[in-house]
Amino acid sequence: MKTDRLWTLLFAIGAIFATGCFIYARTDADWWLVPNVSSMGREIDHLFIIILWITGIVFIGTQIVLCYTLWTFADAPGRKAQYVHGQMKLEVIWTIIPASILVFLALYQMGTWSKIKFRSSLPKVQPVAEVTGRQFQWLFRYAGDDRRLHTDDDIITVNDFHFVKNEPTVIHLKSQDVLHAFFLPQFRIKQDAVPGLTIPVWFDSDTSGKFELVCAELCGWGHYKMRGNVTVHETQAEFDTWLKKAKTEQNRDQLALANAANGG
Amino acid sequence: MSDHALSAGHGHDDHIHPEPTSFLSKYVFSLDHKIIGIQFLFSGIIMFWIGGLLALAVRWQLAWPWKPIPILSELWADYGYRLPPEYYNKLFTMHATVMIFFVIIPLLTGAFGNFLIPLMIGARDMAFPKLNMYSYWAMWPAIILMTYSFFTPGGAAEAGWTSYPTLSTFSWSTPGSLDGQTLWLMSLLFAGISSLMGSINYITTIIMLRAPGMKMFRLPMTVWAMFITALLQAFALPVLTSALIMQLLDRTIGTNFFAPANWMVANSGNVVGGGQILLFQHLFWFYSHPAVYIMILPGMGMVSDILSTFSRKPLFGYKPMVFSISAIAGLGFIVWGHHMFQSGMNPALGATFMLSTMMIALPSAIKTFNWLGTMWGGRIQFTSPMLNAIGFVAMFVIGGLSGIFMAATPVDMHIHDTYFIVGHIHYVLFGGSTFAIFAGVYYWFPKMFGRMMNERLGKIHFFLSFTFFNGTFFLMHIIGMHGHPRRIADPSVYEFLRGSGVVGMNQFMTINAMLLGLAQLVIVYNFFYSLFFGPKAPANPWHANTLEWCCPSPPPYYNFLKIPTVYRMAYEYSSEGSEPLDYWPQDQPEKSDVVEAHVETH
Ligand SMILES: [Cu+2]
Ligand SMILES: [Cu+2]
Repeated sequence: MKTDRLWTLLFAIGAIFATGCFIYARTDADWWLVPNVSSMGREIDHLFIIILWITGIVFIGTQIVLCYTLWTFADAPGRKAQYVHGQMKLEVIWTIIPASILVFLALYQMGTWSKIKFRSSLPKVQPVAEVTGRQFQWLFRYAGDDRRLHTDDDIITVNDFHFVKNEPTVIHLKSQDVLHAFFLPQFRIKQDAVPGLTIPVWFDSDTSGKFELVCAELCGWGHYKMRGNVTVHETQAEFDTWLKKAKTEQNRDQLALANAANGG
Repeated sequence: MSDHALSAGHGHDDHIHPEPTSFLSKYVFSLDHKIIGIQFLFSGIIMFWIGGLLALAVRWQLAWPWKPIPILSELWADYGYRLPPEYYNKLFTMHATVMIFFVIIPLLTGAFGNFLIPLMIGARDMAFPKLNMYSYWAMWPAIILMTYSFFTPGGAAEAGWTSYPTLSTFSWSTPGSLDGQTLWLMSLLFAGISSLMGSINYITTIIMLRAPGMKMFRLPMTVWAMFITALLQAFALPVLTSALIMQLLDRTIGTNFFAPANWMVANSGNVVGGGQILLFQHLFWFYSHPAVYIMILPGMGMVSDILSTFSRKPLFGYKPMVFSISAIAGLGFIVWGHHMFQSGMNPALGATFMLSTMMIALPSAIKTFNWLGTMWGGRIQFTSPMLNAIGFVAMFVIGGLSGIFMAATPVDMHIHDTYFIVGHIHYVLFGGSTFAIFAGVYYWFPKMFGRMMNERLGKIHFFLSFTFFNGTFFLMHIIGMHGHPRRIADPSVYEFLRGSGVVGMNQFMTINAMLLGLAQLVIVYNFFYSLFFGPKAPANPWHANTLEWCCPSPPPYYNFLKIPTVYRMAYEYSSEGSEPLDYWPQDQPEKSDVVEAHVETH
């Protein structure tokens, strides 16, 4: 039937819808990559967009060829199909071109990957905290005045993570019970927390303010609510003030306070 | 007489086993590959509905968190008629488990593999008919154990279909890790046994029982794909089986294969361990990455044949197609680490897995170009099998391209475990495998049941499925790149997911998912109505070349009265000198015979 070729429109509309979603996404903060604040995140976004362009062009290209084919070669009275079994030259072309694009893409990622995850590129700084996931909260252990972890003056917070703007920041990631994943969407950082392993993770922030920590690895019935607050301080002094306050809060003694109030 | 001499060397015997007479041996404990294929088809369809309804409940919770789910909410009267979060975890765990192990694999390899392999290679049955029957009946303990697990204390498993320790190995971790997880493991062991018996049978049958003249490079793509898939299964499944058994031992007799050395659980004073958590992930993905190809290769094969038939044109690049599925299978064994880039695995290993994963996109690209090449210059007939096959090509392109984002390790840092990957996998397994299954059902229904399905309903079903499928799954890429994690029962916990855009997209996807579910009623109606009242099908309704179309619809118990002799590949469409017909079946030595046979059947 002549009208049968109208099916082409359905496939065309599907392709336009898919392309349109990504074009519109660029204009809507709720759709696009959540705003990034870290230096490595900038590189990751750059890589994401390169892949998006390459795959986008390939996608649109193949869909145009598909729709052109369906429309042009639809069955019609008197139409005769070509009798060909293939063509070596075409096979070689459409093997070599995608192969080189894919190899380029893989090699192009290597630099960023090694800068983020290789142990050798870990900034040589004291870890700001030891982070332990457990069902269903994040524990942050900060060093006290002795600047060493696992001593009596450690400060421990729950679901409350603080660090300083523009400083390379290292954490030691652990888990107490099951797998969790330390995911900072605004920093493009993700790392599983694995029982039995201590995994160093580093990142930084070029913006101060409040952000969110997500648990991204299924960890049980309360997985969905394993959320942490992230605060990036403008200066080290501001961070120190917060840490001091956290310490006072940790050492708060209601009895002493009551005595002080009554005895005064 | 020359046929006879040829076939002697191939191990055929010309005596035909008597047809079973009792209902039980004919339709229940049948040894006939066609009946077993149809049994797999029916149980697959039932499980498809179960898996689909589980997914709808998941979607409901994501769109309207904690709003009572219509009908189902009665189950949770104690919880104020709202879905408990652990139940949400059960829903997506079981949705994936059912769809992968009880729907897609059994439908593609069990139903189509069984029905088609002997018919397409010109054999009277599988090499091991009894093994074939066992392979079907091993599915039922699997299904029963899985269903039963919902009713044990703590309920069904909820550690995800990936079932990572230690969530899956310690009973304190979550309610589903009580008996539910043990039953889950036992169920999958049965499903694995079923697959393994099937794949050994397919490999043997394809190697040993090809009709005279059916050289390997004359096999239709469907058979090639089933052959490679069976090899993948035979080599990968033992690894999954050992991983499942190790996890079972960890859970039952305390072996600690997957508990870290000197590990004290949550200050309990109880020191366990000596094993490695990541070991399970390696073993699991060593099977489960190839499993993705087990779920797509048969579809690729079927679609290749269907595209060629309805373009009335030879398959473009037959050998490159064969080499690319072989390459997919080979590379498929060295890419599993791409699921573990953020797992704590050595990042240098991640870099090598990135390279191999990028390379596996290549054979898929080659296949796509060859499919386009097949249609190009053809005489495209938009039948319902063809529409679904075209849908497969169009959607598989999206699934293939979105995979590249995850292969790129740095980009994966952001999108790993988000909805981006959920979108990706559904473009491969629904946009790909499921449309291939639809195409296969519409294409081979006449051969299976001897009746035609209704074309108009088939087209309506395709139109609705294609539309709502894209409405359901495409936006998952968008919310995923925004950062929406997978497997969370309530996105509104996170501020960055509370915007009207994300909420709106979640609701839009859920509404489309419900419509997608409803649209499937059309194919169910069409299927069962046509089963009883469809017009009688001729032997070769699509004028196709493969051997199954040269026996009657449905084929008799012994398939072929006389084992056919194969003279050429299955893709001689529109060759010179075949007018007025444009096809030349594999078993016809002269074109004039085709014309005669054609006149006879009309
Ligand atoms: Cu979690
Ligand atoms: Cu994979």
